[in-house]
Amino acid sequence: MSDTTPMAGQIPAASAPAGGAGKPVTFRGGGFSPKPRKLVGLLVFVVLIALWELGSRAGVISSLVLPAPSEAFGAFMDLANSGNLWRHVSASLQRLVIGFACGVSLGLIFGTAAGLSSVARAAITPLVSAIFPIPKIALLPLFIIWFGIGEGSKVATILFGCFFPMVIATYSAIDNVDRTLIRMGQSFSLSRAQIIWKIVLPAALPGILSGTRIAASISIILLVAAEMIGAEYGIGAYVLLAGNLMATDQLIAGVAILSLLGLAVNWLISRLENHFLGWRN
Amino acid sequence: MDLRVENLSHSYSNLEVLRDLNLTIPHGEIVCVIGPSGCGKSTLLRLLGGLEKPTEGRILQLGEAPSGSLNPLTYVFQDFALLPWRTVEGNISLVLEPHGLSSEEKERRIADVLDRTRLSDFRKAVPKQLSGGMKQRVAIARALAVNPAVLLMDEPLSALDSQTRELLMDDLSGLWQREPFTSCYITHNLNEAVRLGHKVVVLSRRPGIIREIVEIDIPLAEREVSNPKLAALQQQLWEMMRDEAQTADMELAAG
Repeated sequence: MSDTTPMAGQIPAASAPAGGAGKPVTFRGGGFSPKPRKLVGLLVFVVLIALWELGSRAGVISSLVLPAPSEAFGAFMDLANSGNLWRHVSASLQRLVIGFACGVSLGLIFGTAAGLSSVARAAITPLVSAIFPIPKIALLPLFIIWFGIGEGSKVATILFGCFFPMVIATYSAIDNVDRTLIRMGQSFSLSRAQIIWKIVLPAALPGILSGTRIAASISIILLVAAEMIGAEYGIGAYVLLAGNLMATDQLIAGVAILSLLGLAVNWLISRLENHFLGWRN
Repeated sequence: MDLRVENLSHSYSNLEVLRDLNLTIPHGEIVCVIGPSGCGKSTLLRLLGGLEKPTEGRILQLGEAPSGSLNPLTYVFQDFALLPWRTVEGNISLVLEPHGLSSEEKERRIADVLDRTRLSDFRKAVPKQLSGGMKQRVAIARALAVNPAVLLMDEPLSALDSQTRELLMDDLSGLWQREPFTSCYITHNLNEAVRLGHKVVVLSRRPGIIREIVEIDIPLAEREVSNPKLAALQQQLWEMMRDEAQTADMELAAG
């Protein structure tokens, strides 16, 4: 082995007096800690859209395949000027808010029950596992038969879509609550209701809110799907109509509205998190 | 109020943890329980406060709890068990809320315990902003707020570094000297036991039986770190525990 020779060579170097020709220690730490860079995200959007616009104007991108952003914006302005924008958005928002609110509330109630009671858990979890993976869109025809072709079936689709992820998020969050906090509550003779209200639910809130975020995305997806089947107004109906007419500029405008809706919902939930979970930072 | 343990045995399914303990925690004294790890010290404490049911024997409260005591048997936990979303004040108020006190009475109790634990300046801080020692002070303040008859302390200083531990030992000793409280104090740290205990109960390894009860008649005020009597006592306790601790350690290693 070459053990001895380099070692013998290193010893005098290691014991060289201070002030001699020392070699600085090379830095090899750092990294692996992403920091927020707000402008970068915005810049990516701007650059992509600019490239897309340039490509369309230069004729590289055929306007039949993909209309220029300016055309899509024009379609959006037409929609806004015709007064139909608000009609579509309000119809969609109404379905979204009712379905989401009911689904999340019911999910919270059932999830909390499953998180706290063995019987409720044994009853609820197999059902959730069985129904959660079914695409709710596949059930839409059934919902139409049950709740009518009008608002009922659309709201029901969103409600069901939100309910299951909410149940799962809630009871897993409750499972992860630090048991020492619960023992503490018991040791100070807090009642069961007080332990649930003052200890379990606040401690489970981070998990519940991230469940809400997932439920919100699912509900927007289902909203559009439901509106594509028999709705007069709604962003989904608008997008479907645009597609049928091959009006790709309107289609892009509709999709952009959906994206904005998603961003708005996400922003709202972030605000909620900042408000309720400020103690984490 | 005294707390008396009579013929107490406890097992988890087939694992015998405690065997035939008889012990009294007299009013106004700190009883320290020491023993090798896994000897059932913490189980004993959970049994004392009614967080677990003993398999055999019983635990009796003798006499009345002091007037104004909201929760006669009150714990201080090793890992503090503070609610991270509540401020110092909020954490203390949590344990007063179930009792329907008037807001003045609540405020009086909170101000009093914060003053006794020298936390008044940290009223609005949240646990995350506090050091480990401060967190445990908050937990002690919270326990004192319900005016307990017996304080059940489960290795309260074990999660702290040694300097903080010294400071908190002084604090606990000072608290007792100003206003004697009754306490069962579980620890594996012999120094804590000789500094704070009026009585030190030495448990054997599992199944835990009482090997010895050592009375320490030096007043708490005279138990400075440098006191040679304490060092001798600590040595004596260590001799008693050494073999047990070693065997317990080997047992764990063998799985």
